[in-house]
Amino acid sequence: MSVAVLQFSASNCDRDTLYVYQKVLNAECTLVWQDETSLPAQTKGVILPGGFSFGDYLRAGAMAAHRPIMSSVKKFVDVGGPVIGICNGFQILCEAKILPGILLPNKTGRFICKEVSLQVNGGGEGALRFYKKEEQIALPIAHHDGRYFASDETIAKIKANRQIAISYTEKDEKGDAEVNGSREAIAGLFGGPNKNVLGLMPHPERRSEMEIGGDDGLRILQSLLL
Amino acid sequence: MPTTNKARVLISLREDVLDVQGQTIQAAVKELGYDNIKNMRVGKFIEIELNDPIDSTQIKQIEDISNDILANPVIEDYKVELL
Repeated sequence: MSVAVLQFSASNCDRDTLYVYQKVLNAECTLVWQDETSLPAQTKGVILPGGFSFGDYLRAGAMAAHRPIMSSVKKFVDVGGPVIGICNGFQILCEAKILPGILLPNKTGRFICKEVSLQVNGGGEGALRFYKKEEQIALPIAHHDGRYFASDETIAKIKANRQIAISYTEKDEKGDAEVNGSREAIAGLFGGPNKNVLGLMPHPERRSEMEIGGDDGLRILQSLLL
Repeated sequence: MPTTNKARVLISLREDVLDVQGQTIQAAVKELGYDNIKNMRVGKFIEIELNDPIDSTQIKQIEDISNDILANPVIEDYKVELL
C-alpha cells in the first residue's frame, strides 16, 4: 500500500511531499506522472501537490485538470478513496470539478507567502480526523490565487453539508478572509461522496518537522496512512 | 453565414466576480488624470483557426471547447465571434 503523489508539468512541492512520507513518516510513497492513465494498483491515497502547473496558463489548475491521470483520480474519489489537494492541487481539484467553486487571484492582486492562523472546522473527519474539532493551528500559505469563490447557492450548500474543513482565523467585516478575500474565509474544503477529498491552500508539508518551524501539518499527511 | 475558418472566443468575468486586475488598472488610469472612468474590467480572447470553413457543427464544437476548458462557468461568460 502506497501514497501516490501526482506530478504535473511545473508542480514544485511534489518532492517535499515525497520527502515527508519517506523520511519523516517512514511510509511507502510513489511519484505518478500526469500522463499515466491509471494509479498504481497499491494506491491507498493520492496527493495533488503544490506548484504552478502549466504556468497557471488560462486559469490556475485548468490545464492539469484535463491530464489523463485525472480520470483515474475521479474514479478513485467516486469509490471513496482519500485525496488531498494542496495549494495548486486544490486549484486543480476545483477545475476538475471534483470540488465546487474556484480559486481566484488574491484580493490584493499579490503573491502572499506567510504563516497564517487557521481553525480546523472539520477536525475529527476525513483527512482531518487526527485534529480536534475547531483546533487552532498555524500553517504557511504561498499563493497568488487563493481567494475561494463560489455562487451564493453553492456557498449555501457547502455550509449546509458542513464542507468547510479549514478556515482562516482573521476575517473582514463580511466574514471573508482578511489575508486574500476568500469567501467565508475558506482555506480548506471537503468534497467527495464521504468527505474523502480535502483541498487546502496552506502547505502542511512545510510544517511537518519541528526543525523547519513546526509540525502542525503532519497529521494531515498522516491521515492517508491509516 | 460568412465563409471563414477563424473564430474568436471572448471571455469575460461575470459581473458578480471581483476583478482585481481591472480595479488595479482603473486606479492606475485614474492616477494618469483620466477621472471620468466609471468601471474597467479585464477579459481575454482566444483566436481559433480551423482547417476548414466554419459551419454550425463547428460552432457547436468551439462552444464545447469553451465550456470544457477555455472558460469556467463558475466565474466567466464567453461569446464566440466569427472573424
